Amino acid sequence: MSDLLKVSSNPHVRSKVTTSSIMLAVVIALLPAAGFGIYNFGIDALILIAVTVGTTVITEYTYEKLMKKAVTIGDYSAVVTGLLLALNLPSSAPWWIGVLGGVFAILVVKMLFGGLGQNFMNPALAARCFLLISFTPIMNNFEVDAYSGATPLALIKGGESVNILDMVIGRTAGTIGETSMIAIIAGACFLILLGVIDLRVPGSYILSFILFICIFGSHGADPVYISAQLAGGGLMLGAFFMATDYTTRPITKKGQYIYGIFLGVLTGIFRLFGPAAEGVSYAIIIGNLLVPLIEKKTFPKAFGTKGGKAHE
Amino acid sequence: MAKLTFAGGIHPYDGKDMSKDKPIKTVFPKGDLVYPLSQHIGAPAVPIVKKGDRVLTGQKIAEASGFVSAPVYATVSGTVKAIEPRRVVNGDNVMSIVLENDEKYEEVAYSAANSLEELSKEEIIERVKQAGIVGMGGAGFPTYIKLSPKEPEKIDYVIANCAECEPYLTSDYRRMMEEPEKIVEGLKVILSLFDNARAILAIEDNKPDCIERLKKLTKNEKRISVKALKTKYPQGAERQMIYAVTGRSINSSMLPADAGCIVDNVDTVVAVYHAVMLGMPLMHRIVTITGDAIADPRNFLVRIGTNYRELVEEAGGFKKKPAKIISGGPMMGFALFDLDVPTTKTASALLCMSQDEVSQMEPSACINCGKCVEVCPGRIVPKMLSYYAEHYNEEAFLKHQGMECCECGCCSYVCPARRPLTQTIKSMRKIQLAKRSGKTNGQKKKQEV
Repeated sequence: MSDLLKVSSNPHVRSKVTTSSIMLAVVIALLPAAGFGIYNFGIDALILIAVTVGTTVITEYTYEKLMKKAVTIGDYSAVVTGLLLALNLPSSAPWWIGVLGGVFAILVVKMLFGGLGQNFMNPALAARCFLLISFTPIMNNFEVDAYSGATPLALIKGGESVNILDMVIGRTAGTIGETSMIAIIAGACFLILLGVIDLRVPGSYILSFILFICIFGSHGADPVYISAQLAGGGLMLGAFFMATDYTTRPITKKGQYIYGIFLGVLTGIFRLFGPAAEGVSYAIIIGNLLVPLIEKKTFPKAFGTKGGKAHE
Repeated sequence: MAKLTFAGGIHPYDGKDMSKDKPIKTVFPKGDLVYPLSQHIGAPAVPIVKKGDRVLTGQKIAEASGFVSAPVYATVSGTVKAIEPRRVVNGDNVMSIVLENDEKYEEVAYSAANSLEELSKEEIIERVKQAGIVGMGGAGFPTYIKLSPKEPEKIDYVIANCAECEPYLTSDYRRMMEEPEKIVEGLKVILSLFDNARAILAIEDNKPDCIERLKKLTKNEKRISVKALKTKYPQGAERQMIYAVTGRSINSSMLPADAGCIVDNVDTVVAVYHAVMLGMPLMHRIVTITGDAIADPRNFLVRIGTNYRELVEEAGGFKKKPAKIISGGPMMGFALFDLDVPTTKTASALLCMSQDEVSQMEPSACINCGKCVEVCPGRIVPKMLSYYAEHYNEEAFLKHQGMECCECGCCSYVCPARRPLTQTIKSMRKIQLAKRSGKTNGQKKKQEV
């Protein structure tokens, strides 16, 4: 018999897209927001981003080495987590906040639940909420040289007026990466064009949020108020970069719409009726918990099966 | 309502340029010919010759056994050398008739029909049955059964599947370019069985020259028309084809006839023409020999039973060392571990690749990206089904409609984590089909040859 050839099951060709190419695209898409954050808040922001990203990568590497598992930092998912967490921190936060948050995100939320693809909450957001509850004054301190301290959303909540143009560009107080709507949308467009994310979750999230504040927001359909609510806080960053996190959003198409609507309503409730001006992070991690239920209830009907009856 | 496409699917690199402009070349085999008795879905054929017998081209050498089965014919003249198990494309050893070719190609006399009108419907179906015609697109289901549904008056579409959506394959393309008349004549034969039907030549729009040629040819045919479908894999899958042409959707446990359709591959339609009008049994098919390891990729008119190695030599041999050889296309074909296997009725291509990208890929953790759901033409959730299959959770697999998978390979193709989605689901399906057939005595409808 001649030399044996390689055999495998079909298909024998694969697309070029890999997990690491997807994660790398997300990192690139976050760069405008990160870059604007550094421009806006200065060197402190850069240091905090570097510390946080370094921590998440080192934590994943160390855990996998200690547990004698294959090292997976090459897939860039830890970089994405670190970057997202850093963009959700105020630039005034001390370096150890980044370290603590990074370790919590990777070790507790991601690795202890089985690593990439197994976590039931978005690691960056879970870590942010952990920090927000534990170190509230630090996490809510938005006072830096350039800004007085109150975020636009806090100003709106207090009944004061805000400059919409500044908010869209991002010249306001806030966390490092959330302030510039333009930078975030630019990154999001890049991901949509590459097919990494689609508009199902962000679209239904944002539209249902707008609808909710129009009905319950006591400003009616005031375009200035709505724009301020959209541009302010973490809504854009959350809707395009965190609600779209593959692992913690439903995999079914119908489920993604339901999930988006749920997030919009929840964010509306938190922002309008809660004590804090912001509510995106909490809305998303609560939404994360509902994902298994949503997936179960929205399981698609197979092609040609009327009424969705399983054929056995 | 024609949709001209379907939801899901992918656009892989199509590689058709390598062989699409090479005219069909007839191959005269030199070595032994091997005829597996099971080249179709259903019961294996039974040999009616014995070792030492001399047979002629076109002589029946094995008879169908039972309802779902098909006879086998000699495609050269020569002497029966052996009846023994031989390796076939999927790696199985199948009982086969081995013929020593005397290279004289002496033929039996065929009884051609004078005209289509003279033949009754029963005679037409009998001719198709006797000719041993099976679905030549790859499924290998006996064609005469397809052509005799319970209620023939309810069939309103006869679809010639000219999609050829598998990358690299150009055999159907060449057939349409070189012998379009035979396709049209074959369709007329099939149409004569179904009084209420019209025939559609469904062609992907990446073959505009075929569309134009067939449109011109069918201009004056009231019952035959051409439809250009959007190019997307797997447009040629039977259920996606029916949906694109008629807007009707059927599931895996239904037959095309349930949607009023008869779907046949281009080569099958031509075989029907040969069988009914010329009285010739199924002896030839067009095979594409292609891939970057082949010196001169091209299309051949092959006598079924010819060894693949001879076809590779006809195509100039290997210019690079092949790492992987696939019988069929890259999406649904079988990888061969040895080239010494015979062509069968369902062999559409041999793809020889100098690189095997798949074996270099390491599967990693699923990131739940949902791309498999996005592309699945069966609208199921490959990610979950693969998980259930890996954990042998039969109950959940069946409950989540795992049997609706058509094994097209789209999910594995797109998976960024390189998980073997199609492979695991396919394995579980095979187990379930085997269990089912064990219970109901061989009533399985869909399984590869």
